Amino acid sequence: MRIRVNPIDCKAHGVCAEMLPEWIELDEWGYPILDGEELPEQLMAHARRAARACPTLAIVLEGGGR
Amino acid sequence: MSVVAASAFSSNPLWYTTRSTGVVAFVLLTLSFAFGLAATKRGLASRHWPRFATQALHRNVSLLALAFLVVHIFTTLADSYVHVGWWAWIVPGASGYRTVWTAFGTLAFDLVVILIVTSLLREHMSAALWRAIHWAAYVAWPFAFLHFLGTGTDAAHGRWGIYLDALALIFLGVAAGLRWLTSDEPSGPLRSVQRTVR
Amino acid sequence: MNATRVKAAPVWERRLLATVDDGPDLAVHQQHWGPLPSARAPELLSAVQASGLLGRGGAGFPTARKMLTVAAARGRTVVVANGAEGEPASAKDRLLLMRAPHLVLDGIQLAAKIVHADEAYLVLHGGTGTTEQVYAAMHQRRDRVGVELRELPAAYVASEESALVHWLSGGEAKPTFTPPRPFERGVNGRPTLVNNVETLAHLATIVRRGGEWFREAGDADEPGTLLVTVSGRGVDRRVAEVPTGIRIGDVLERAGVDVAGSQAVLVGGYFGTWLPADLAAQLPLSHHALRAAGGALGAGILVALPRDSCGVAETARVAAYLAAHNAGQCGPCLNGLPSLAGALNALATGRWDERWWPALERWMAVVPGRGACRHPDGAVRFIASGLSVFAADVAEHRAGRPCASVSSPALLRVPAVPPAWR
Repeated sequence: MRIRVNPIDCKAHGVCAEMLPEWIELDEWGYPILDGEELPEQLMAHARRAARACPTLAIVLEGGGR
Repeated sequence: MSVVAASAFSSNPLWYTTRSTGVVAFVLLTLSFAFGLAATKRGLASRHWPRFATQALHRNVSLLALAFLVVHIFTTLADSYVHVGWWAWIVPGASGYRTVWTAFGTLAFDLVVILIVTSLLREHMSAALWRAIHWAAYVAWPFAFLHFLGTGTDAAHGRWGIYLDALALIFLGVAAGLRWLTSDEPSGPLRSVQRTVR
Repeated sequence: MNATRVKAAPVWERRLLATVDDGPDLAVHQQHWGPLPSARAPELLSAVQASGLLGRGGAGFPTARKMLTVAAARGRTVVVANGAEGEPASAKDRLLLMRAPHLVLDGIQLAAKIVHADEAYLVLHGGTGTTEQVYAAMHQRRDRVGVELRELPAAYVASEESALVHWLSGGEAKPTFTPPRPFERGVNGRPTLVNNVETLAHLATIVRRGGEWFREAGDADEPGTLLVTVSGRGVDRRVAEVPTGIRIGDVLERAGVDVAGSQAVLVGGYFGTWLPADLAAQLPLSHHALRAAGGALGAGILVALPRDSCGVAETARVAAYLAAHNAGQCGPCLNGLPSLAGALNALATGRWDERWWPALERWMAVVPGRGACRHPDGAVRFIASGLSVFAADVAEHRAGRPCASVSSPALLRVPAVPPAWR
């Protein structure tokens, strides 16, 4: 599963970093920094929850057991 | 005052259920609104209280409020003591009893249903559309407030109804003020450097 | 701007600029190049493939491959000719449109045939007289596919592919989140071929003279000729047509630049990088050679910085321009670039605080790759190259001793007008 942020939709709410701290951390302005595009399998469920929780639906998930 | 309203002392269990679930629903809607406002503030989140917790509370309290609303409406319609038309739960103005005040309740319920359904289906619509519809919350709650004011605050029953209504209004007024009038901007030692170019 | 007096040395063959001295008329064009070939799309495409033409807009993507992708799409397609030079230090597209518009207009028709497009746009910046010139040229012709001429708002990122397509579709000239890229979903959702006007001009020559002819000039892997814009002290955006792979030092010298008196060369425009002058002068002008040296060819822009100019100040001024021209859509860019520009400005003007250095390094690490387009990446790469090439000066500035040349006249052009998006 590939995870990306749509940087135009992202408004730095930071909920994704709360839900997926293993893969996402926030820069000093509150915007997410991802640890890479290919997610390890054990994080997929958390990633889906993080994508659902984003207030602007800026997390984009592609491929993988969706 | 009409005979009907003065007889709010009836010991009819449906009537008591309708009144009590109405009050609880109103309190829950008020709390839900407050949690919704709080969920937008980055500054309120911390390691011990993440934003998704506030988001979850907003969601669950809203669903609970809906559950109480459903009971409230059902017992109102089932109660033959007051003549509220069978369509009044969805069509504002269909009630013979306190038509206008009940209509506010109907409108509030209609909007709450729309808010909840669109939120459950959020991933299947554009984020901008969902957001635009969610503004209806600022219309739904005042309708609920007015409905409570007009149908739930009989002086004969004690003044607690009015106090509760007023308290909820003040509470949300403060919460909304905080949400809209405070800023989430980070402050830091490098602001001066960041600002130099602009 | 020396657009009207392009100097070319006898040893360099003029192809695109062959008719420049005789005027932009259709008659002149047809006398030199002959009529537009009536070959069918597959033949045209194989000529392009045989030529090995790479895009001349900066990315250097193989043109045949791009055309093939759009040609393979079902339904109606669109051709966009990008003549909106976003780089302030570039003048080649404007020269081409002013002095050899028919090559570009031929190229549009040919490209439209290859990708079966029934809709074409030619985008350029207004206010320079180019629009009127192109209109006049268009009126002389009877083309099969109608070409709509559009004036793009003035903003550095507006000529980026997705921004262009978004604007042509009715939106702001700001980049969009990709995928889908324009070749999949472009103007009004249709597969769109976006080509630089120089690329299309080369196309018009290739289909007449052949792919093999095209390969007779220039580098074996990146063949053909290239339009470059050279600037330096006393040289303001002089455009020349050179074979690819030519020594950068030769190009600079023939354009009238004092190479020995230069400390650094900016290669590739503001989306490119600084290189030390002695290194740059030896390098061949090609994508692969410049990439190997840690630089980029970009859209063929060369600016030579004299020894008595301050590289730190020039870099800071351009950084401020790039920061002001962010589209305001993505957090890392709209926060990071102004932060970097502010820091560089402080560094250049003697108001530096050494506590800011770790922040500067952090911003350079954290900003690239996190925007919807490559603007923040390019800006950081440009800044990093400046900090590296002018390291000695940077050290002086950091120690609180800004050089006297900080007040010498600015060399790199930085438009003062703020960006517009519609």
